[in-house]
Amino acid sequence: MLRYVLRRVMLVVPTFLGVTLLSFTLIHLVPGDPIEARVGERGIAPERLAALRHEFGYDQPIWQQFLDYLWQVLHGDLGVSLVTHRGVWAEFLMLFPATIELALCAISFAVLIGVPLGMIAGLRRGTAFDFGLIGVSVTGASMPIFWWGLMMILIFSVGLGWTPVSGRISDLFFIEPWSGFMTIDCWWAEDDGACRSTWSHLILPTIVLGTIPLANFARMTRSAMLEVLGEDYIRTARAKGLGSLRINVVHALRNALIPVVTVIGLSIGGLLGGAILTETIFAWPGIGHWIIESIQGRDYPVLQGGTLLVAVIVISVNLGVDMLYSVLNPRIRR
Amino acid sequence: MSIPTLKKTALLAAGALVASLGVAQAQNKTLVYCSEGSPENFNPMINTTGTSLQASRPIYQGLTTFVNGTTNVGPALAEKWEVSADGLTYTFHLRRNAKWHSNKNFKPTHGFNADDVVFSFDRQANDANPYHKVTGGGYDYWNDMNMPKLLKSVTKVDDYTVKFTLNVPQAPFIANIAMPFASIQSKEYADVLLKMGKPELIDQDPIGTGPYEFVQYVKDATIRYKRFDGYYGPKAKIPNLVYSINKDAAVRLAKLRANECQISPFPSPADLPSIRADKNLQLLSQPGLNVGYLAFNTLKKPFDDPRVRIAINMAIDKKAILAAVYQGAGQVAKNLIPPTMWSYNDKVEDFKYDPAAAKKLLAEAGFPDGFETDLWAMPVQRPYNPDAKRIAELMQADLAKIGVKAKIVSYEWGEYRKRAQAGDHMMAQLGWSGDNGDPDNFFAVLASCAAAKSGSITKWCNKEYDDLITKAATISNVAERTKLYEQAQVVMHKDAPYLFIAHSVVFQPLRANVTGYKISAVGGNDFSEIDLK
Repeated sequence: MLRYVLRRVMLVVPTFLGVTLLSFTLIHLVPGDPIEARVGERGIAPERLAALRHEFGYDQPIWQQFLDYLWQVLHGDLGVSLVTHRGVWAEFLMLFPATIELALCAISFAVLIGVPLGMIAGLRRGTAFDFGLIGVSVTGASMPIFWWGLMMILIFSVGLGWTPVSGRISDLFFIEPWSGFMTIDCWWAEDDGACRSTWSHLILPTIVLGTIPLANFARMTRSAMLEVLGEDYIRTARAKGLGSLRINVVHALRNALIPVVTVIGLSIGGLLGGAILTETIFAWPGIGHWIIESIQGRDYPVLQGGTLLVAVIVISVNLGVDMLYSVLNPRIRR
Repeated sequence: MSIPTLKKTALLAAGALVASLGVAQAQNKTLVYCSEGSPENFNPMINTTGTSLQASRPIYQGLTTFVNGTTNVGPALAEKWEVSADGLTYTFHLRRNAKWHSNKNFKPTHGFNADDVVFSFDRQANDANPYHKVTGGGYDYWNDMNMPKLLKSVTKVDDYTVKFTLNVPQAPFIANIAMPFASIQSKEYADVLLKMGKPELIDQDPIGTGPYEFVQYVKDATIRYKRFDGYYGPKAKIPNLVYSINKDAAVRLAKLRANECQISPFPSPADLPSIRADKNLQLLSQPGLNVGYLAFNTLKKPFDDPRVRIAINMAIDKKAILAAVYQGAGQVAKNLIPPTMWSYNDKVEDFKYDPAAAKKLLAEAGFPDGFETDLWAMPVQRPYNPDAKRIAELMQADLAKIGVKAKIVSYEWGEYRKRAQAGDHMMAQLGWSGDNGDPDNFFAVLASCAAAKSGSITKWCNKEYDDLITKAATISNVAERTKLYEQAQVVMHKDAPYLFIAHSVVFQPLRANVTGYKISAVGGNDFSEIDLK
């Protein structure tokens, strides 16, 4: 097992280097630089442009800039935002809890609804419920997040007035950020009104961000169930005269969950991608919002550091899933 | 009591305090402004975006200010001032009753005085000032307004008198220092932070003299302010002010409709009819301090010939562009400055739309069959130009009628400006939003011979025009300046380096119960006079 873990961890190093190189190169291929992005209609005198480029090191050859950046990152320094002049790492830590909070809610929503639905569809293969679920999940998986989010706001917030439009909490509540997780902070503050506001603000973004994974989990669970239900050990269990609940949940679902766990783990990356759009629509102050802003302002340190940190998270989650998978299915380790 | 229990009790107590604050806040009147983005920091000396300047605006003040809703300059931290006969010395008499805000790191021991003024200008001017490099140290407006060359010295005469000495007389100086970049920071606060070893806090946890104090900023979410009871002027009517940050225009409007905010800037033009129809909302509008134009590169053939430039001016149907693209939210432009600005010359007669005459003029200039050219369109929407590509298409069709084949060109926004500034184009659209309401801010920035070498994309340098506007900038008598600027507009019209498209209208949707709101003539909002019915 240890050898397996070590081998997996070793593979992370080239992935990390690749991501650093890729994020650096892609950003520098996009026209414009941080200084030009700040220049307005007035333009900038060529001497001042040259002086500023020199000050930030943008007059260096690109490979030199990359090596400098890599050296800096290896020393744990992600640099300072060119826009806010605050440390990239500090900004990330400040914003990341909001993203985690939303992602956890979305994943829970998708698992708690998607897996049981997929299981039922698998058990009732060929029924109207099954066809209905397939139809709905294909639609759900292909839903453009931007459109879906705005539709939800228009219907539930503006039309019906049931949910707030955007943000993490009503602007009227003043909660000091303590853990960064609003659901925890409002609980510490023992402010019921603030907590109600926090949870109501979570509803729409959770649904919007959770829709695509929900559809995927449901379809995956369904097909895994179908596969497992045809296995010999299920027939054996039936022959032994076990109750259908025990067969379906303990024998079938547990085995069917192995590929589903992988899909859940892999969807974390997609979820962070979806979070970028969801956060933009719902003005959710997380890292998605932060990275989008940095693209517009050509804020290289934030963009590179943010991409790198997101990559590290996705890599770690995938590593974790691989470990978990090897626990669930010992054959993998060999 | 064990330590964890103690900790928990303390946290709960703190929580209860925060909770009670929350309730107290909820009961007080709160104005929520749906801001369109996050500020870079809270120092208007360093920021250049409207969003960031707007976030600092309730907090700071300068020596002079723009009277709300106008471009007239009035007193702020300076009660009055005198200009010497040679126009080189400005003596400011400072207000004695202005107080500084306070926060957890700083309790002011005295009010605002001359040291603060000297410090604030020295921070921007002097490389050796310990605060010069703090928060990046890029003082863009300071440089853009030519302060390094213009300002010779700022000296304290006594605690409440400051003398500014200029290198050359400069009439727009008073308007320039009413701009946000000339805001005043507290020297005492700066000293305290320097001693603490945290100078960067001066721009993150700001202390000012304005009607609102800074309370809290949660990045990308909210900025909170509370009324400053020590403010020398009329107290703000609303005790709590919150900026709720929402980048998407559709979401901002949804929040406004749901009464989650009461003021929401920058509506999408497509939403204007439905905002007008909503009885819970009001829609204010004001002619913008801006101009959208098509610039001819006067260094390149055939646009070095004024006849060609005039022919193009006559060939394009501006009224059709206004109707199709601005959809009523603008007026046809014939001069560089908007009609709301003093010295606007209404006697200048715009080129009439006349394709036949344009074709004739083109033939006289040696192009009876027209020519081929490029026509640049910005990739982004700007306040003065809602859709440059659509305008380019309409222009292209008009130009085809006189035999001019125009190819539409566009680049990424930063690249576009860079290439246009380098003069890569033949014809390019761009525009300008005024900073301070002084005509010099249009005439010099966009058309002086100095600008031809950097920012101006016509690259036009006309000595007669340049002499007129240079002279106008050195005299302080407004009537005399007006005459000179009127003449300059006539010279410019004859030479036609630009095709002026439009001055756009600025719209501001509000909840119907908001009173006392005025659209600022120079951008941003003043919240101190606003109330909720």
